[in-house]
Amino acid sequence: MSVLTILISLLFYASGLILIIGVANRIRIYWRTPSPLVIPTTPAPLTRTGVAARLFGEVVFFQSLFRGNKWTWILGWLFHFGMLLVLLRHLRYFTDPIWWWVDLIQWVGVYAGFAMVAGLAGLLVRRLVVERIRYISAPSDHLMLLLLLGIGLSGLMMKHLVHTDIVSVKQFTMGLITFDWQPLPADPLLIIHLLMVATLMIIFPFSKLLHAPGVFFSPTRNMRDTPREQRNLADWAAKLDETRHSGAGE
Amino acid sequence: MAATQFQTPRIREYPTIPVLVRGAMAHSQPFVAKPDHQEPLGFPGELVDNWKEVALKRMGELLGKYRSLQVFLDICVKCGSCTDKCHYFQGTADPKNMPVARQDLLRKVYRRYFTLAGKYFPKLVGAVDLTEEVLWDWYKYYHQCSQCRRCSVYCPYGIDTAEITMAGREILASVGIGQKYSNEIIGKVYKIGNNLGLPRPALLDTLEGLEEEVEEETGVKVRFPLDVKGAEVLLVTPSADFFAEPHVDGLIGYGKVFHQAGISWTLSSHASEAGNFGLFIGNYENMQKVAMRVREAALDLGVKRIVVGECGHAWRVAYSFWNTLIGPFDFLDPAYPVPQHICEFTHDLLLKGMIKLDPSENDDKVVTFHDSCNVARASRMGDMPGGQFVIPRELIKASCNHFVDMAPETINDQTFCCGGGGGVLTDDLIEIRVKGALPRMEALKQVVEQDGVTHMAAICAICKSQFTKVLPYFDLGMDMIVSVHQLISEAIVLEGSEQEEAPSTSDTQS
Repeated sequence: MSVLTILISLLFYASGLILIIGVANRIRIYWRTPSPLVIPTTPAPLTRTGVAARLFGEVVFFQSLFRGNKWTWILGWLFHFGMLLVLLRHLRYFTDPIWWWVDLIQWVGVYAGFAMVAGLAGLLVRRLVVERIRYISAPSDHLMLLLLLGIGLSGLMMKHLVHTDIVSVKQFTMGLITFDWQPLPADPLLIIHLLMVATLMIIFPFSKLLHAPGVFFSPTRNMRDTPREQRNLADWAAKLDETRHSGAGE
Repeated sequence: MAATQFQTPRIREYPTIPVLVRGAMAHSQPFVAKPDHQEPLGFPGELVDNWKEVALKRMGELLGKYRSLQVFLDICVKCGSCTDKCHYFQGTADPKNMPVARQDLLRKVYRRYFTLAGKYFPKLVGAVDLTEEVLWDWYKYYHQCSQCRRCSVYCPYGIDTAEITMAGREILASVGIGQKYSNEIIGKVYKIGNNLGLPRPALLDTLEGLEEEVEEETGVKVRFPLDVKGAEVLLVTPSADFFAEPHVDGLIGYGKVFHQAGISWTLSSHASEAGNFGLFIGNYENMQKVAMRVREAALDLGVKRIVVGECGHAWRVAYSFWNTLIGPFDFLDPAYPVPQHICEFTHDLLLKGMIKLDPSENDDKVVTFHDSCNVARASRMGDMPGGQFVIPRELIKASCNHFVDMAPETINDQTFCCGGGGGVLTDDLIEIRVKGALPRMEALKQVVEQDGVTHMAAICAICKSQFTKVLPYFDLGMDMIVSVHQLISEAIVLEGSEQEEAPSTSDTQS
């Protein structure tokens, strides 16, 4: 077993743990922080089903972004749904036998890689060229796009230009998840691809990538517009009320 | 801090996104509250010595109390969808008036002290130390936001800059830098009962004057009761309705509606204010304390219902927050929503046929409607989402024959703020008020020119005051702005009045 295999294997365990624990920790914080006041952006749904539909529209169709900016919407949507299909396609490296529907989307997943990279490139160009977006960008905002572009491009190159030994790669990934380590092919493109993926996993819980779980916790999108019907009282606000009632002697 | 000379922005033929002008509004800041304004609200009188420590501690507390703040500071991806949506950015071109940049003023400090990335790699993630310069940037730019929530409509995660602005102002007040305008007004509510500081005798005098005025004009004895125990309805309305123009014409309208429907009602000198500037300064305790007067008045007077007059942020606090702040309202009649908006109230009577409107009384007007931001994006009327857009328009259409809407991207939930909301309706901020009015003025000019619009109706005391002030800057008449209930006041058919003989054509509402 090469040093490289050991290092990359350890790196993936570490980054996987950081990703899961880090995101779980953020979700725990969002979960337990109360929304003391009813603040949906109205018009807002009156029912839980309505809220689910609103969130579905946001997560799947980016409906608010659609109203805000068509260019960002189309580029962002290409990137995100390209990436989703690419990720689903990658399940073939983690399942044996390969699930039937993963096989089914294989061909779409291949094209989706191009959509993802095209979307990312467009977003990067927009971030550099549009003055307003450049103004609000920190170095990390540019680097994040570059990192994702690097992952996409290295993946596309392995698929279409410089084929890697995909059978060995699958043995390696299956070994990782069954804790039965297998050698990793010493393909520079593959190593770069994997290093960048691990980096992305590590920065996820400490960065704006938290928008993925965070959107579900956004009070302006996940609250029902029923303040007159239902009293919404946070624990800390209820404590204020107790002191008020004992003090005022109503 | 004398009023600086400034140029009224030019009406653009096609609204375009301005090229950034850095620091364009860096000189704009409201008067700082004096110790007399700060202390009654529980804030230190002046900048405390250990302000940095206090500010960060307060930020930490707020992060634990408000999910909105915690989530919004974490998840912005800087997509830029909001950047061109703010009326203050459109009117000033100052990049710090882009909603995301306004949030970033606080977010950069949050990242520096509360996140791992900002602690170890501040330059990489754009985190900054909390310095006095940053503190004053907060003070300047958190008072160039009217908390109108327009940006939140277009954000893929619903990030609401108003929540950040409120947190920013709350932290500032906690270290001793409060805003004079808002805090002085809250102090007046505590001392006297309303924002304008009108004591009970002055209110009585005004209301008697209104009774005489209406009787003279219509021949009908319409009452404007104050502190009447056992009345059916307590009306809580912004104190501007008691004397400012065109607000008072709206109050006359409410009175006529109550009179004609035969429903007993009263105003309260204890709760003579619907407005709640506690919202603007982002402070829960003060917002609750202001609102509590309404509960006390309702209990004291023994009313069965509470109706709220025309006011935007007041309606947000009443509709969205009262149940939380001063509820439950189990002592009121459960047959009616608590609280009820005066437009819901009047609309209901209209549907039941308890009042009649003669739209020909307003035939001299072509009316458009300005959706007030807090009504449009932070509350509701009626029993369906979007009722806040439908009900006022139904009322206007029932009371005048000529109604035109402004451009679709400037109404309903995409409405532009008047430029004076959220605690900036003060003369020391006149420049930002005029510049921020630009998008609304453009949309209004368009319908004035294309459709001959003569009047713009609104249901917010702040909008009415703001437009009265800024319309002339854009070569429009200050009396263009009217209350919705002013139109109703003109159109309502009062029994026993000369108006009654006019031909009744009240079936125009569809």
